[in-house]
Amino acid sequence: MTIAAMSFYLFAISALTGGLFTVISRNPVHSVLWLILSFISAAGLFVLLGAEFVAMLLIIVYVGAVAVLFLFVVMMLDVDFAELKAEMAKYMPLALLIGVILLMQFGLAFGNWTMAEGAEAARGAIAPDGVENTAALGLLLYDKYFLLFQLSGLILLVAMIGAIVLTLRHRSDVKRQDVLAQMYRDPAKAMELKDVKPGQGL
Amino acid sequence: MQADLNVILPEIVISVYSIAALLLVAYTGKDRMAGLLVWLTAALMAGMALWIGATGQGTRTAFGGMFNDDGFARFAKVTILLSAAAVLVLGQEYMARRKILRFEYPILIALSAVGMMVMVSAGDLMALYMGLELQSLALYVVASLRRDSAKSTEAGLKYFVLGALSSGLLLYGASLTYGYAGTTLFSGIIEAAEGQAPIGLLLGLVFVLSGLAFKVSAVPFHMWTPDVYEGAPTPITAFFATAPKVAAMGLFARVVHDAFGGVVGDWQQVIAVLSLLSMFLGAVAAIGQTDIKRLMAYSSIAHMGYALMGLAAGTALGVEAMLVYMAIYVTMNIGTFAFILSMERDGQPVTDIASLNMYSRAHPGRALAMLLLLFSLAGVPPLLGFFGKLYVLRAAYEGGLAWLAVAGVIASVIGAFYYLRIVYYMYFGEEREPLETGKSPVQWGFLMASAALMLLGIINMFGVDSMAQAAAATLVN
Repeated sequence: MTIAAMSFYLFAISALTGGLFTVISRNPVHSVLWLILSFISAAGLFVLLGAEFVAMLLIIVYVGAVAVLFLFVVMMLDVDFAELKAEMAKYMPLALLIGVILLMQFGLAFGNWTMAEGAEAARGAIAPDGVENTAALGLLLYDKYFLLFQLSGLILLVAMIGAIVLTLRHRSDVKRQDVLAQMYRDPAKAMELKDVKPGQGL
Repeated sequence: MQADLNVILPEIVISVYSIAALLLVAYTGKDRMAGLLVWLTAALMAGMALWIGATGQGTRTAFGGMFNDDGFARFAKVTILLSAAAVLVLGQEYMARRKILRFEYPILIALSAVGMMVMVSAGDLMALYMGLELQSLALYVVASLRRDSAKSTEAGLKYFVLGALSSGLLLYGASLTYGYAGTTLFSGIIEAAEGQAPIGLLLGLVFVLSGLAFKVSAVPFHMWTPDVYEGAPTPITAFFATAPKVAAMGLFARVVHDAFGGVVGDWQQVIAVLSLLSMFLGAVAAIGQTDIKRLMAYSSIAHMGYALMGLAAGTALGVEAMLVYMAIYVTMNIGTFAFILSMERDGQPVTDIASLNMYSRAHPGRALAMLLLLFSLAGVPPLLGFFGKLYVLRAAYEGGLAWLAVAGVIASVIGAFYYLRIVYYMYFGEEREPLETGKSPVQWGFLMASAALMLLGIINMFGVDSMAQAAAATLVN
């Protein structure tokens, strides 16, 4: 077995294990950690495919940002997962039944899976020889898929507007900190020294 | 690139306008400018609709076939833009009075309209998905625009979660289709799917259709509709019931004819069943409703069933019937929602059907207009709604689906009951505290204009049917 094949099996197995334990582990923090393992293994698979840029993106964006964000959310939100699970358990038999039936149907479908003529070729490697990973991606994103790229930009804009619309509140009954006013306050005016005689008070 | 950009010029104009307006208003007037912005956005959308309708000619594709500009897309775009503009100005006064008119609202609607325009023009599974997400995301946000109301936020959340699920189904179907055809371009898929569809493509087709059926709220993917319609603020409900439905129907037709036009027999049965179930559930479940917004939700489910019946015929006549039906449906709904928006008591909106008791005594003019609209929704001849139904029934009959046409007639008779019940309340109900109406002249104008169209349209439909025929001919050949 070559090293490439061995590392493929290694990464593939750890990706699947990570995915499985993400779903079944009891502690949500553990779930996120398993998810990170799954992401890293997927990045390894991408390296094996020769797509280093995507692999790095997966590590930086998904492991570095998304998963850590998940972790924060899971730790900060006070969600009673036990109760959620109990709720889920009620529907478990039906869900399992549907799942098994779906799985069998897919099994039948994939058992005699055929492809259209020329589908494999149409789907094959897109990057021409001598063009690097990043350059090939850039060519696709900014040229062939220009429309899709811009549309995803619009979608993100909508998401941003949506987040602001739904969460930003201008409340008038709250006292806000005014930093400038605090800094420009004159200590001489703010304080007054009084000579208090013993036994008299103010 | 220049030629490609020319094809998507209307979309570019609306997107750039949205971004510019967003920046400008965020730095200047904020919500004080919202009313003005609503009118500006509506004017821009109506202007774009006229421009697309007047100058669009021939069939052009852009970005390697990812984006089509043909007669079908233009017909759908004009309908979408006009109805979105109408609904925007219709709800402006209502939202301003209840202090939920935020300046982001018209901008989100405009961006959602861009998404819808991409949907009806899509020539690629990826472009389809991008357009769909753009319009849905904006809709999820506006559904929960009234943040302080538990019902509104619940509506937004429900819509979001179920919408995400349906997007997942659609994407899974798209990936299976891609796995079979090796391309996401519709032109490539239709070449790969000639004659007998293999099992992989069938699975993909069914998943894609399920995702789309969710967006048009066809039974059995309709569960979200009544809750979202009831929970969202009424002007938003009016929007949900009009433009997005046209866009989703346009997309439906686009996918089944452009991508799966070679395997008509395979999707015909699926759509026929969706249509049958939607018509009957919409008709039967609406009977028990007491809230007029929920009732309109079931009514829209039933109407989608009829539009799908046209599509199920699988012919050019079917697509034509669907387009005519959607145009009429949108006109009726704008008028009906103008009426619902004006229902109030002590300044608070009322949506209870029983509150309409003896409405005709206090407001005979409005009651008469609503009567016309309800008769038209029910499909009573000689009103415009009847001709919409006649078109789809004829298309189904000539497409060899006589059983579906007969079922449609039966469902229509059942459905007439709940429309007529409102009429009964308005004219013969028991005496109760009378309902007030809003003072908005815009609502009155739309109600009267829409009711008048129900009568005047029967003369020649203002040429909409011949336009729809030309549009359908570019899609099905």
